[in-house]
Amino acid sequence: MKALYLAVIRFYASSIGKKMIVALSALGLLAFLLGHLAGNLLIFSGPDALNAYAAKLHGLGVFLWVPRLGLLGLVGVHIMATLHLAAQNRAARPQEYVADATLRATRSSRMMVLSGLTILAFIIYHLLHFTVGNLHGFHDDNGVYRLADGSMNVYKMMVVAFGVWFNSLFYLVALTLLGSHLSHGVSSLFQTLGFTTPRTRPLYTWVGRLFAVAICGGFASIPVAVLAGFLK
Amino acid sequence: MNLTLKVWRQKNRNAPGHLAEYQARDIPVDASFLEMLDIVNERLIESGDDPIAFDHDCREGICGMCSLTINGKPHGGKGGVTTCQLHMREFQEGQTIVIEPFRASAFPVVKDLAVNRSAFDRIIQGGGFISVRTGSAPEANGTPIAKDVADRAFAAAACIGCGACVAACKNASAMLFVAAKVTHLNSVPQGQPERDRRVLGMVRAMDAAGFGNCTNQYECAAVCPKEIPADAIARLNRDYGTAAIKEALAG
Repeated sequence: MKALYLAVIRFYASSIGKKMIVALSALGLLAFLLGHLAGNLLIFSGPDALNAYAAKLHGLGVFLWVPRLGLLGLVGVHIMATLHLAAQNRAARPQEYVADATLRATRSSRMMVLSGLTILAFIIYHLLHFTVGNLHGFHDDNGVYRLADGSMNVYKMMVVAFGVWFNSLFYLVALTLLGSHLSHGVSSLFQTLGFTTPRTRPLYTWVGRLFAVAICGGFASIPVAVLAGFLK
Repeated sequence: MNLTLKVWRQKNRNAPGHLAEYQARDIPVDASFLEMLDIVNERLIESGDDPIAFDHDCREGICGMCSLTINGKPHGGKGGVTTCQLHMREFQEGQTIVIEPFRASAFPVVKDLAVNRSAFDRIIQGGGFISVRTGSAPEANGTPIAKDVADRAFAAAACIGCGACVAACKNASAMLFVAAKVTHLNSVPQGQPERDRRVLGMVRAMDAAGFGNCTNQYECAAVCPKEIPADAIARLNRDYGTAAIKEALAG
């Protein structure tokens, strides 16, 4: 047991180990994004479908905390390892170039820390907004956002929230940065975990871009549909 | 041709450096970049000034000794060439050229543009070799190697260890260098007995030297004079991951 513990510590201490931990935690977060998007898109099937899905999740009770804590752990590990790596990267070049040039690095790859920290700020806002619900008074006990059986009217929460234009705007800005983060992150994942070969590199680059567009386009469709008056 | 040079001057490792401006007049367009610096240095020596220190050796693009970051691009940023093979015809009349050393904490400045790249030697000592009984050369056809494997190993073995990958990397990472060496030796049969020990040792030596971490931006491959592809880094990651798991399971 002690040997395994030491091996994990040694793996994390290494540059490639930390990078792989970032990639593996990202895999879990990507799976969550897909599930979260699939759930949210139920809004287009009408209030009943979405509210039933939400009721099912809340019905898990204490067990809902298993995926929640898991996600929190993944986010924590992802951020801790990247901040460690970023600090080492800064220390590795104490004297910057006077004339700095970029030949190949994409813009999204150069703003990973910025986009990542903005997404973190957004996640905190998002949780306060919908999960805790105290930004919009969603969970105030006046019954406005509750259905007849007492469960949450998530459909109404979303339509009301995205009906406020600056709310939707902030969501769209955060989604754009998420897209940027994903387009570099997803293709990097294949490289870091060692799957990339000369033949598959272009494929993985496109997988990253398509994944980013699909996830962000999917999430963005909801505030856009609300603002356009398609969802009421 | 006439040029304005802004050259990084630094007395020694601990002294602060600065950019000094020099006028390089009547430089032949067919001169190499290093020959241009030779001409500037001759004039500095004639006028009693301290010549600009820079590294060079073979001047044929094969020794890996020359360096220089030219306008922010190691070896001039053309890719596939070293500074010694870069010619002044690539520049414009009257152009200002900023010349800096390869910058990384693992490559401390010795003087001016010359940096100490011994960190690469320590990485090689970490496992970039095969342990064999020396003696007469073995029969060349005694160990059959598939063509694609031989090609891959040979392409990686072209690495001359100049350090441009580190200099170009936004994080001063040495991953392309280590990846080239690991790909070379871990591909061929002669490298198999030590493959896990090799990759673990080289990565640990790389980390200990204070290089940064790869963020998959591939600036390294863009400047590499030997055009080592970034896919080598994926192979390094794969080999390291496998070796680390094996090591953990073995206790």
